[in-house]
Amino acid sequence: MRTADLTTASILILLGGVVIFDSLRIGIGWGTDGPRSGFFPFWLGVILILASAAIAWQAWHRSTTKAFVTREQLGPMLKVLWPATAMVILIKPLGLYVAAALYLGFYMRWVGRHSWLAVILCAIGVPLLTFVVFEMWFLVPMPKGPLEAWLGY
Amino acid sequence: MGIENLFHGFQIAVTPFNLVVAVLGITLGTIIGVLPGLGGANGVAILLPLTFTMPPTSAIILLTSLYWGALFGGAITSVLFNIPGEPWSVATTFDGYPLARQGQGGQALTAAFSSSFIGALFSIVLITFFAPLLAEIALRFGPPEFFAIQLLTFSSFIGLGGGDPLKSLVSIVLGFILAAVGLDIVTGQLRMTFGFVDLMKGFDFIVAVIGLFGVGEILLSVEEGLSFKGISTGMNLRVVLDTWKTLPRYTRTFVRGAFIGFWMGFKPGGATPASFMSYAFAKRFSKHPERFGKGELEGVVAPETAAHAAGVAAMLPMITLGIPGSPTAAVMLGGLIIWGLQPGPLLFTEKPDFVWGLIASMYTGNIIGVLMVLAFVPFFAAILRIPFAILTPLIVVVCAIGSYAVHNSMIDIWYMLIFGVVGYVFKKLDYPLAPLVLALVLGDLAENALRQSLIMSQGSLTIFMSRPISGVITAAALFFFLLPVLTPWWRRLRASPVPRKV
Repeated sequence: MRTADLTTASILILLGGVVIFDSLRIGIGWGTDGPRSGFFPFWLGVILILASAAIAWQAWHRSTTKAFVTREQLGPMLKVLWPATAMVILIKPLGLYVAAALYLGFYMRWVGRHSWLAVILCAIGVPLLTFVVFEMWFLVPMPKGPLEAWLGY
Repeated sequence: MGIENLFHGFQIAVTPFNLVVAVLGITLGTIIGVLPGLGGANGVAILLPLTFTMPPTSAIILLTSLYWGALFGGAITSVLFNIPGEPWSVATTFDGYPLARQGQGGQALTAAFSSSFIGALFSIVLITFFAPLLAEIALRFGPPEFFAIQLLTFSSFIGLGGGDPLKSLVSIVLGFILAAVGLDIVTGQLRMTFGFVDLMKGFDFIVAVIGLFGVGEILLSVEEGLSFKGISTGMNLRVVLDTWKTLPRYTRTFVRGAFIGFWMGFKPGGATPASFMSYAFAKRFSKHPERFGKGELEGVVAPETAAHAAGVAAMLPMITLGIPGSPTAAVMLGGLIIWGLQPGPLLFTEKPDFVWGLIASMYTGNIIGVLMVLAFVPFFAAILRIPFAILTPLIVVVCAIGSYAVHNSMIDIWYMLIFGVVGYVFKKLDYPLAPLVLALVLGDLAENALRQSLIMSQGSLTIFMSRPISGVITAAALFFFLLPVLTPWWRRLRASPVPRKV
């Protein structure tokens, strides 16, 4: 927990530094027509650094034995995260519907160990339903790939 | 003056189309409230793109109904599954779940829904009368007053939020920084883009809401292993009627809860502390405080009344001042802008149809809502029996669709994933997420109000103190900012034996 707190605070301090650096570049003072663009972000950066430093100081002086994440917790979390990331990568070449179908099917089979019939029904049914709702009823276009093009959409 | 307007509002809200919209919204909202990882805020965010083509009044009715549904849905999971769907239903689990385990789930749910309804109704009546007054006062506000209100908004997160005040501060500042990324509309300068074209558009708060609350919540909930051990509802008409007969016993609890809820609720972040506060008060004034936590019906009534009174009260600053009181209200505010409405006090004079239609729909929405959840609880509870290996990827896909639809841009889905991981880490480290979202929404408004005020005063910060209205609000804001510092000091002062003068 302490390591995670310290790491987060350090990242936030770094971020504050970046914000201040960029604000100084565009000017933090008084321009011809009021405060310059960097005025507001500059002070935000200052507050961010001060507050994060104080959090880091608190975390340093407080010892907790509670782990930020245990191995048993991390596993299922990553099992959601990396297939989701893979789906997002696949959206570009395949379109959202096909990527969603693959993701749904993969996760159901891999984590849930559902029967192939259930997997196929869900993986095809859900994207089909979203397609009807979004593309046909509400006319909200989603990213489409070769399959939709082949079907004429 | 209010009554004719309200009557006019009912004529708008009670058209067949708008009633269908309300029923649809409540159904979806309850489902969203029941599902882990989807709550009011991201449910509204995901559905927002679907309302772009609707008339604004129907659109807001859909979104507010969704919100009422989500509020009701949260009670179902709290009572039957011991899973608080929203932070403000945590207190409901204390007595709701023990009741359900004793086979009195039906009574607990009926009490929860009825108290929600009463709490909500109380706030709606107050909104009906206070909103026009507040809007009239707000018409005279200038930039310093608006900035002072923003200060008050964020100070209450720090002073009343309950968590680590420093972490609340970091959340707020981070939200403002994210809001500042991209084009500065005042000077036309690019800020913090570092030459990346994708950063020029900045970060959309809707995507942030979906990522932080939706994906982040999913990552958190699978960590727990996600096994739902639900208890059957045991709901039928007889149980409902019998429970209703016992409810008048808790009149004092209702009144107390509703007042606490409204008072806490129109300030941001109020619903959660309101529900805990109401629970604590009910316990303190009860004749049997020892029964609390073991299955006392009053322990369900108290937090639910307050939470819903607060949830509704959060709409008051949104429609009168253009400053949302909760992340959900913030997303609706974003909707208002997208539908071409200017949120703020002018809404009452320029779009009376919209405002009064909205207020009237709060009445109809909550009435329809309470009847629907009472009738269909078993159906909604059954949703959680869908295996989580289907629910989890389904929610992620829905989140991705919602993020993409806001601007039709692929980069937003990536932001959603990143915000998801950030939300996961922040939740674990107790950084509150609501202030971040609110700051992201209000960033431009707050910055412009600050700049305009400083231009008015030639750069002097005293302008916030010297004008009467903004002076009072700023003073209140400073008090809340200092509250975390003052409280321990005050406690020490009282605890230490004070030398008495003889």
